[in-house]
Amino acid sequence: MSEFNYDLIVIGAGPGGYVSAIRASQLGMNVAVIEKDNPGGVCLNWGCIPSKSLISQAQKFTYLKDLENMGIKTDASGFNYESVYKKSRLAAAKLSKGVEFLLKKNKIELIKGAAKISGNNTITVDGDKQYTANKILIATGSRPRIIPGFEFDEAGVLSSTGALNLKTLPKSVAIIGAGAIGVEFAYIFNSFGVKVHLVEMLDSILPLEDKDASDILAKAFKKNSVKIYTSVKASISEKMSSGYKVKLEADGEPEFIDVEKILVAVGRTPNSDNLGLENLGIKTDRGFIETGDFYETSVPGIYAIGDVINTPLLAHVASKEGEIAVEHMAGKGHEKRVDPTLIPGAVYTEPQIAGFGYTEMKAHEAGFPVKVFSFPFRGAGKAVAVEESDGFVKLVCHEETHEILGAHIVGKEATELIHEILLARKSELLPEDIAAMIHAHPTLSEAVMEAARGIEEWAIHV
Amino acid sequence: MAEKLLMIALSPTMEQGTIHKWHVKEGESFSTGDILCDVETDKTTMEYEAPDDAVLLKILIKEGGQATVGQPIAVYGEMGDEISDILRELKEKEDTDPNAENAGAGERDGKNKTAVPEPKPESPESSSGTRITASPLARKIAGEKGIDLRRIKGSGPGGRIIKKDVEAFKPSAIPSISSNIPISGDDTKIPLSDKRTIIAKRLSESKYSAPHFYLTLKADMTRLIESRLRFNEDHPESKTSLNAWIMKLTAEALKRHPEINATWNSDSILKFFHVHIGLAVAQKDGLITPLVKAVEMKKISQIDEELKVLIDKAKNNRLTPDEYTGATFTISNLGSWGIEEFTAIINPPGSAILALGAIQKIPVVIHDQIVIRPMMAMTLSCDHRVIDGAAGADFMKTLKSYLEDPALAMI
Repeated sequence: MSEFNYDLIVIGAGPGGYVSAIRASQLGMNVAVIEKDNPGGVCLNWGCIPSKSLISQAQKFTYLKDLENMGIKTDASGFNYESVYKKSRLAAAKLSKGVEFLLKKNKIELIKGAAKISGNNTITVDGDKQYTANKILIATGSRPRIIPGFEFDEAGVLSSTGALNLKTLPKSVAIIGAGAIGVEFAYIFNSFGVKVHLVEMLDSILPLEDKDASDILAKAFKKNSVKIYTSVKASISEKMSSGYKVKLEADGEPEFIDVEKILVAVGRTPNSDNLGLENLGIKTDRGFIETGDFYETSVPGIYAIGDVINTPLLAHVASKEGEIAVEHMAGKGHEKRVDPTLIPGAVYTEPQIAGFGYTEMKAHEAGFPVKVFSFPFRGAGKAVAVEESDGFVKLVCHEETHEILGAHIVGKEATELIHEILLARKSELLPEDIAAMIHAHPTLSEAVMEAARGIEEWAIHV
Repeated sequence: MAEKLLMIALSPTMEQGTIHKWHVKEGESFSTGDILCDVETDKTTMEYEAPDDAVLLKILIKEGGQATVGQPIAVYGEMGDEISDILRELKEKEDTDPNAENAGAGERDGKNKTAVPEPKPESPESSSGTRITASPLARKIAGEKGIDLRRIKGSGPGGRIIKKDVEAFKPSAIPSISSNIPISGDDTKIPLSDKRTIIAKRLSESKYSAPHFYLTLKADMTRLIESRLRFNEDHPESKTSLNAWIMKLTAEALKRHPEINATWNSDSILKFFHVHIGLAVAQKDGLITPLVKAVEMKKISQIDEELKVLIDKAKNNRLTPDEYTGATFTISNLGSWGIEEFTAIINPPGSAILALGAIQKIPVVIHDQIVIRPMMAMTLSCDHRVIDGAAGADFMKTLKSYLEDPALAMI
């Protein structure tokens, strides 16, 4: 018998933790997961999942206009946002239950409580119960980052969690930070008729995305009356009974806007405190736990993955990192770390934005000889037929070998379409392989094929 | 771990091969790229290169034996590796499967179908087997670099060769040489001077457009040296150079062979009236051929005086174009460097150039006696469009006789 209670204890049951636990169980390990909240983590309870529910309902709401264009008289007077909210909570609850079921099915013990690592192989839960394990995986995730002057009260100044927990809609909102979270909420609020002011410190919304992609979204937002402020620093100048006066400072005269609520979405802070890391000498850097190959920390046998380490803060990255870590514990697998150029990003606005690898600009900066081809959605019959012709598929390739360095898609279903190109990149297929494959007609995937043909200089529909 | 060495397709159409000769014996070690055996294919005999550094543990197909592509022909690995399992497995295959040739490949396929789809770090067959799995990008890069994929071990899923493997691959011969020699320092790029550009252009043009042929013989310089010595002793104030003497005698020979003192004119051959002889002079950054005009009309002392001035001007880069263009014949003398003999490139518009080696005292046979004589090798480069072999040879014969007995030139 083993000298420990478990082969592996995972701290945190988010998309990093629960996936790691199941994978470890598949590999024959005896596993426990410690979670102080509902299984599923932020992603499932207060992030990706409920927001997708809101986005889907917001989109349906916008269809009212389309119906009116058919001559149908619509009446939105009975609209009740709380029912929208409830649906989103239902989705989260369903999936959280689902995770609990999956853990049980894989014979993984779910321990409720707050964990603290008290020894190299020992974890204390809620201060009294002790568990031992051969290996420990920290997957405690992150929480919304607080910026001075915008401390969350979740009544007037909201974090993404507070925004997802709104039962009524404000009349107006200032969203500070136009990253993925910021623009998704901008889309939701705007679709339901809330006046949205989107404020970004850098020079464009989605500043890390491909410039052409963020431009298309900015255009769509402007068309729908979202007010965008870029290269602007925001601060609260006055708290009023009806909300806030927000001061926006750029080069010239400061501008003031009155809003009912403020949503702050400027990044996330790792949950690395109160874990007892300092007692073990586990190194951190600005709160992020430092890890080496296979995501092992400075203490052998203790691993950390997901938002608590300094890699892209994405659920699918956490899951993959967890798989790599537990496969290493089990003596399997050979991948040392996730290749950052193979991580897809997805933004669920209308149009959607998805991409991976180098943007055109980053590829140039990295010194690659670059060949780019961008195929517009309006060249794909399906996109025109369903009136979704705003968008493109852009391939960034090595000029000589045509190796795919990155891809960026904007438009309907972009977040699904990206994976064909990512598979090609991961398997080292070339644009000529995608170009030569038959794609069903009419589909949006034809735009992917045409972009690949464009790189090979034989796009048909341009 | 011991691995099977499979017969591979050594030519695109090869289906089976006969082991002609094993170059490595059982128990001997080999390195990547070593020739393991010679294989007779449908077309020719090919060399089977070692895919890895290892020891040949067991030969399965003896010399003279045949194997189809994909059939194991040997077992290799590290010294002391257990091979009984492999041998038993092969025996069983042979017993159960009448078409045992593809045992290796078939077994691999079967395994893959039932395997759990877990990432496999390595698949040894990929380096020696018949089927090379490689990503399209890896294939493309390997193709561009001219790397044989069979020599690469894949690190991708299922042992697939990926870009990283191709980029990390180094042909075994190169590191073994370079590892012994510390190589450092950068090559230097020198921008072309105008002069270098002109030299390159003119000489390339000459060599590419004029079909050169070469005639070499040696002249006994005894008398010429004596004559020059006597003259110089008598005229210590105006000593003459050997080049002046040779130039004068060459001009006399050219007078008798006007077909050598000519040029190719595309639609005609132009025979020059005068003999203008250029002399190649080395400069710090190139070379130039100042010329003495109408040599046939001048005395040796006169030629020598002109040469002194011209050579001085040449070395100081002060020649006027008139002084270095239009040589109907050229002499290049590398004798002072000790060069025994050499060939030169014709200097247009001339159709021939005379390359002179050093005067060396060597044993020669004269009247069946071995005697020591100061001999000079000279090679005439001729433009065959203008000069035929016999004509060139006639000229050389005359020139030789004049050099050996300058008095003959007076006749």
